[in-house]
Amino acid sequence: MMIDSQATHASRDEAAPSDGAVFELTDVACSYGGLTAVRDVTMNLGRNRVTALIGPSGCGKSTVLRCLNRMNELIPGARVSGTVRYNGEDIHAADIDPAEVRRRIGMVFQKPNPFPVSVYDNVAFGPRLNGFRGDLDGLVEDCLRRVGLWSEVEHKLRSSGLALSGGQQQRLCIARAIAVEPDVVLMDEPCSALDPIATLAIEDLIQQLKDSYTIIIVTHNMQQAARVSDMTAFFSVGDADSSGHRAGTLIEFDTTNTIFTNASDQRTEDYVAGRFG
Amino acid sequence: MPVTVPGATPTLRGRRRLADPVFRWFVTIAATTVLIVLALMVVTTVHDAWPVLASEGFFGFLLGDVWDAGYARHEITGTYGAWPFIYGTLVTAMIAIVIALPLAIAVALYITQLAPRRIRNPLSYTVEMLAAVPSVIFGMWGMFWFLPVVLRPYVLEPLERWFGWFPLFEGPMLGPSYLGAGIVLAIMILPIMTAVIREVFAVNPTDAQHAAYALGATRLEVIGNVVLPSSFSGIVGGTMLGLGRAVGETIAVLMLVGSSQQWDVSLLFAGDTMAAHIAATFQDASPEAVRGLMAIGVALFVVTMSINVGARLLVWRLGRVTGDSAV
Amino acid sequence: MSTFLDSSDRTERGGPSRTATGHRSLRDKQGNAPWRTIKNRLCTGLLTVAMALGMLPLALIIGYTAYRGAGVLDVGFFVENEPPWRRDGGGYAAGFFGTAYIMLHAILYSVPLGIATAIYLVEYGGGKLAMAIRFFTDVMTGIPSIFVGLFVYGLLIGALGFGTFPAAVAIAIIMLPIITRSAEEMLKLVPDEWRNASRALGAGKATTIVRTVLPAAAPGLATGSMLAIARGIGETAPLILTALGSQVVVTAFTDAAQSAIPLQVYRGINQPFEAGIERAWGGALSLFLLVLIMVILARWIGSRTTKRRG
Repeated sequence: MMIDSQATHASRDEAAPSDGAVFELTDVACSYGGLTAVRDVTMNLGRNRVTALIGPSGCGKSTVLRCLNRMNELIPGARVSGTVRYNGEDIHAADIDPAEVRRRIGMVFQKPNPFPVSVYDNVAFGPRLNGFRGDLDGLVEDCLRRVGLWSEVEHKLRSSGLALSGGQQQRLCIARAIAVEPDVVLMDEPCSALDPIATLAIEDLIQQLKDSYTIIIVTHNMQQAARVSDMTAFFSVGDADSSGHRAGTLIEFDTTNTIFTNASDQRTEDYVAGRFG
Repeated sequence: MPVTVPGATPTLRGRRRLADPVFRWFVTIAATTVLIVLALMVVTTVHDAWPVLASEGFFGFLLGDVWDAGYARHEITGTYGAWPFIYGTLVTAMIAIVIALPLAIAVALYITQLAPRRIRNPLSYTVEMLAAVPSVIFGMWGMFWFLPVVLRPYVLEPLERWFGWFPLFEGPMLGPSYLGAGIVLAIMILPIMTAVIREVFAVNPTDAQHAAYALGATRLEVIGNVVLPSSFSGIVGGTMLGLGRAVGETIAVLMLVGSSQQWDVSLLFAGDTMAAHIAATFQDASPEAVRGLMAIGVALFVVTMSINVGARLLVWRLGRVTGDSAV
Repeated sequence: MSTFLDSSDRTERGGPSRTATGHRSLRDKQGNAPWRTIKNRLCTGLLTVAMALGMLPLALIIGYTAYRGAGVLDVGFFVENEPPWRRDGGGYAAGFFGTAYIMLHAILYSVPLGIATAIYLVEYGGGKLAMAIRFFTDVMTGIPSIFVGLFVYGLLIGALGFGTFPAAVAIAIIMLPIITRSAEEMLKLVPDEWRNASRALGAGKATTIVRTVLPAAAPGLATGSMLAIARGIGETAPLILTALGSQVVVTAFTDAAQSAIPLQVYRGINQPFEAGIERAWGGALSLFLLVLIMVILARWIGSRTTKRRG
């Protein structure tokens, strides 16, 4: 968790196009069926960093995460306002294909969701769709090795992905996600359905993947955020709007070290000290 | 609540003691009516049809292609080969399935995957409304408009002209035909198949779909790689339900297939089906001929029941389908 | 790691497929991505065409039936008997009356029986008997209606002759499984809390069912029954074998051939004279409207229930 000078420049101010930032969010707000879930999110997310989104439930962390690869659109009634720039481009521009966005920005979900096919076919799914012509066996083995699953599944590549344990399934999902060589991997509470040992395995994995990918992780577990991330964004309930509804909002965004030892906002301080949430 | 005041509540308790078992007995008897009626149906029709079946033998009845009813009251004097009707039933039903299945899958996919949430229900209702149209109206519409104005000039005649050399499309084409009846039958079974298949797609778990989207799959790819493979048995079940409906359909087919009591390989042939033959010849049938029709009815029943039992076993594995009017 | 995307893209600058930061633009699709997008668009188009195709027949049928039948409908059409087919004028009174009479009895036989069966399945079911009843009810929804006609013919016509009663029995048999199935679903929707509350107040099971469950499920039961009625009204095949048909109003219960709208339409459309055919179209239109109204009414009642439940 080093303090990165590039990241501090990019934090919390105007979303000025910057080489170090993969994502530039400006005044992003999301609503479901007319009800605002989260608003006033402005931040830059750095390349090859692990950024954690923390905060109490219902404050929009997962919603913001899903905005980054336009997965919100799969939920009926979801609306996004504000700008999300990826490498300087507005991902919601009219001529951008959401499928292309998702090819560059992968996602791992809270509940492991391998396809009901073999381990091999799970990892090979993405590359096959992309028309991969090279050594598929090698690619699958490579991805499984990187997530530390190879030794456990090398003899049962043809057995169903659903037959693995929870932790193994989640690592399989990560292997599947990196098999298409994304830029960014989004993780939505990837360890919340797993036991502590599996959780630690995934946290180690995140540290290793950081070199090749940018990782944004939503987590309920503050200690996990402290262990794993370089930058941390704290979300909580904002002020009430005209109708009395309180949506989630970004309270503070800074290096992990700062958030946990020297937060600027009192609410952040209260949360990380365990005083609420 | 029952405050036990000795002597004050014996009537209440006593009444309840009698009412409950009587009520239970009553509804149980009512419920078994279904089984009784079904059993009665099988027993009485087989009994009535038996002389004909015995006289022809099973294979003679199923595969013989001469239907020449006799006029006796108490004995069997005619020939009862039901193959022309059995063949016609199977052919028209097959045509209907071949046309209706892809259409039903496509419509169900549109409704569940493409349509904006708000119009999903209205769309489903419109398709299911088709199921409420009485069969006789389908027959009339087919006979007076669809066949002469659309099917004949644009489908039947071109097929005869350009492909008449091929046995499947050999002429002469008179208008009524297996193909014409089959196409209208497809329209008639479309609602039930769409309703079942739509239900199957609607409950398809979104986990795997979202995982595929997150990998950059297009909607077509998610449908083809995730939704369809896991919906397979539901689709088969829906197909069998549609097949069962197509086999049992009477009036519309009667008005469009030809009622010739003959059969032929050509799809353009004016043939006959089991249900249509029963309806067509019943009124002027002699007692012996009626027995023959009973035999056909039994055969029809056996075919439909096998299909429906198979379908229900399949669809049941996924949970009941609760569409009302369509089913 | 070997890759099928050109990784050198990330460090080069310039060119229209680069973003301001020098990375590969989202608009720059490589590999098979453009083809996949085209396939997707084609698929979307095909599905839309299929949807339109699915809605087309209904429009065509409604349109043509209205076109042929509207001219015939006047007050007289509903109250006058049908003259010999060759002659103009007259109406389908025989059919309207016959349908009303037959359906009245069919409803009387099938609705209480169907609801009672559903009550058994929901409130007392669970054993093998219930499983069998449920399974065979489902299976019965698929019995060809002509076969039901044959059965009733064989069983009743010898003794009672053609007429209203055998026709009503046949229609009732067809309606029964439909009513049972939908009633079962409706009864299941009544929350258990209400049953428990009633029992806790000292009511017995029978009283609970009659005083609490049934009233709560009543709109849903009405919907299911109306849909079954709509189905029953449109049946023709079993009536050919049990009612036989008539062109004048018949008030007898047994031993006299009875008419019904679909039956009269069927007879009318199959004879050669224009006047009879035109009247048949009028009958078809009336039948269609009747069925449509029932279905719409049933759905409306059903949607009001779900709205109330919130």
